[in-house]
Amino acid sequence: MAKLFAVTLVIIALGSAAPILMHKWTPPQDISAHGPTIDDQMSHTMVEAGISFLAAQIILAVFIWKFSGRREGARISSFPGGAMGLVIAAFLLVGTEVLALGVMGARAWAAVYFTPPAPNALLVQAQAGQFAFYFRYPGPDGKLGPLHPEMISEATQNLFGLDVDHDADSKDDIVTAELGVPVNREIHLLMHAKDVGHSFYVPELRIQQDFLPGLDLSLHFTATKLGRHEIVCTQLCGLGHYNMKAYLNVMSAEDFEGWLKQQATQQ
Amino acid sequence: MHDMPQAIKEHAPAQTFIRKYVFSVDHKVIGKQYFGLALVAVFIGMALSWLMRLHLAWPNLHIPGLQWLSSSGAPNGVITPEYYLSLMTMHGTLMIFFVLTNAPFAGFGNYFLPIQIGAEDMAFPRFNMMSFWVTLVAFCVLMSAFFVGDGPPLAGWTSYAPLSAVGGSAGPGEGTGQTLWAISIAIFCIGQLLGSLNFISTTLDLRTRGMTLMRMPLSTWAWFITSCIGLLAFAVLLPACLLLVLDRIAGTSFFVPSNLVISDQVQTHSGGSPLLWQHLFWFFGHPEVYIAIVPAMGIVSHILVNSMRRPLLSHRVVIYSLISIGFLSYMVWGHHMFVSGMSPFSALMFSFPTLIITIPSTIITLIWIGSLYGSKLRITAASLFALGFISLFVSGGVSGFFLAQPSIDIYLHATYFVVGHFHLVMGVASIFGIFAGTYFWFPKMFGRTMNEGLGKLHFWLTFVGAYCIFMPFHYLGLAGNVRRYSAFVEDYLQPLLPVHKFISIAALITGAAQLIFLYNLVYSRFRGKPATENPWEATSLEWSIPSPPPFDNFGGKHPVVYHDPYQYGIASSTGDYVMQNSPEQIQTVRDDKSLT
Repeated sequence: MAKLFAVTLVIIALGSAAPILMHKWTPPQDISAHGPTIDDQMSHTMVEAGISFLAAQIILAVFIWKFSGRREGARISSFPGGAMGLVIAAFLLVGTEVLALGVMGARAWAAVYFTPPAPNALLVQAQAGQFAFYFRYPGPDGKLGPLHPEMISEATQNLFGLDVDHDADSKDDIVTAELGVPVNREIHLLMHAKDVGHSFYVPELRIQQDFLPGLDLSLHFTATKLGRHEIVCTQLCGLGHYNMKAYLNVMSAEDFEGWLKQQATQQ
Repeated sequence: MHDMPQAIKEHAPAQTFIRKYVFSVDHKVIGKQYFGLALVAVFIGMALSWLMRLHLAWPNLHIPGLQWLSSSGAPNGVITPEYYLSLMTMHGTLMIFFVLTNAPFAGFGNYFLPIQIGAEDMAFPRFNMMSFWVTLVAFCVLMSAFFVGDGPPLAGWTSYAPLSAVGGSAGPGEGTGQTLWAISIAIFCIGQLLGSLNFISTTLDLRTRGMTLMRMPLSTWAWFITSCIGLLAFAVLLPACLLLVLDRIAGTSFFVPSNLVISDQVQTHSGGSPLLWQHLFWFFGHPEVYIAIVPAMGIVSHILVNSMRRPLLSHRVVIYSLISIGFLSYMVWGHHMFVSGMSPFSALMFSFPTLIITIPSTIITLIWIGSLYGSKLRITAASLFALGFISLFVSGGVSGFFLAQPSIDIYLHATYFVVGHFHLVMGVASIFGIFAGTYFWFPKMFGRTMNEGLGKLHFWLTFVGAYCIFMPFHYLGLAGNVRRYSAFVEDYLQPLLPVHKFISIAALITGAAQLIFLYNLVYSRFRGKPATENPWEATSLEWSIPSPPPFDNFGGKHPVVYHDPYQYGIASSTGDYVMQNSPEQIQTVRDDKSLT
């Protein structure tokens, strides 16, 4: 039975690694400027985690095969190098491995979160509410008007609570249901939660960021490829959570201008 | 140490049925009660996971009779996407609190910790009884949430505010059900705090003569460390849940900020912080992972040395590593919050301890594997589950390399990769520890032996099944499959549906295999082969007394301990081992020479 177990372990280990080695399961094609850093980091980690996984499972299997069901008089012996050798191995191999990953990963993280948006980045506000995303563009004046929570109304389609009669900055604001962005231009996204916690996840964009009620967050990204991708909410937000999604539409600069104008006329 | 306090000496055997089996102060009865509660909870939790898996693979499937459980959640027996979220919330809460905390720690710990240190009972037997009954009340309160008007809670086992805090206005399932959830968990915390205090006092004060700290078996060490973790963790979750209840019913705003608009209504709350809930919850939540896994690590070590017929390469190093894990478990909670909106600088601060905690875990794993070398491994159902634990612990552990790095977490956070990771490393691995413990200690607890053949069959189906279920979760996560979604139709997740069907079938089969375990448990309890005092030729004190043990464990005597806990692989009059309380002089097997 021990030998069968050892063989099963090896089969499970190789079988688990096979889809990864064959590149069957990979993240969808990256469309962001910062994505390659994250993808590289993921590949490095996959190599190190994969080696640790296979080595541990196979050695475990070999030892079970070799040292089970030995005859009565067989002598107990100890692993060469003993516990101290293993402790050193854990510190040197795994310790350095994970710390190296940590340092490299910290650089990747810093590339996303510790850099300010470029001065010419396009400002867009995203609002998440049960169970839809809405987006607001500042219009020709480049300024977003203030929000008035008490004025939010589904009935009048005042989704952000804008006071266009009194706030000059709000007058030309354009509200959309889709996040249209020009390709290769940095987007500065201001994230506002209307009610409870939500999240903004576009796998292709390698971005996931929660909306935090009571605290407006900001992130910035540059989409580098044309296309239309789903934005999904990944923070459990209530009954309709599974249905909360919007689209990111990456367009050429000209198409984007045209699209924005068209959206403005529909306000 | 060996002079028992007066209170313990007066601990006379109970006379009435009620005092003996229901409101008993005997740690062994309380241990079995915890085990029984965990057994009920695990089968309910598993049934919920079956319903979830059925819904994910076949969203329109009609499940006969389900409409009786919830006419709105499952009209005509078809689970609605909304009800799926409730099933998920209840599954997570039941499994984490009432199974993974109850069985390996409170269940086995209560039964065997006093015996392994040579005590008659816990330091505070009445507190001990109270801790179980409080936990049972918590369980009943949670279960009642299934039957309240607007349905069970659906905010997940993490119950993030403000969704969990603003009340029924946030939608059905956020009403009474959510309040019951918070009250249930608060009550549960009280039970765990009482239990933890009891475990710590018992370990420190009631050890018998000769039972130094370093002579305690690794299972006792693990329970002791777990109780230290639990004392701090549940002491934070308890007030957090009370504040949540206040936010819900008394109009306070601990976790709810100003100007939230729900259904076009501005909420009256103001000034609270949703991040505060996340910090309090995960300050408990991450140590909770170790509350679930550390006892299993101790149990597995205890069983492994017995099956290998040799001590581990180093007893001390394992103990120090377990202590480091316990200590570090308090420095990593923020890795659940990398994308929550907390400062990106703190993300790095939480990332490094998370990576560092892999070092003590790796040391323990290497010592387990290294100790197999040159051993005389005996294959039993218990040892198979212990070896399976190592394999699962490694598989679940290596995916932690990814999630510990905030840059990769940006992509993998809230995907099935995370679900696969924690199910393997704290769910299934811990359950394997429980199974190993059950097959190993059943003869001692009930005086009868479980059927080995059925036990091995149970192992094979569960081991292969667990990999078939949870390994594909990682692939789905890599493909960007988000968790907590009930339906994968008409969107980018649809191509992944065949994988979900495979997982669901594997889950149904693996779940059904647990009925073999249940049958074996019940059958062996009444018809199993009578067990001898020490069927596994083991060394620790629980095997020096009759099976099942008398009410005061050692028949009014205090055992004296002469040896380190795992004196296997030596020449003695009993064979290749010597028991801890045997006065026989032997050449002690010490830690590896390179460490002394």
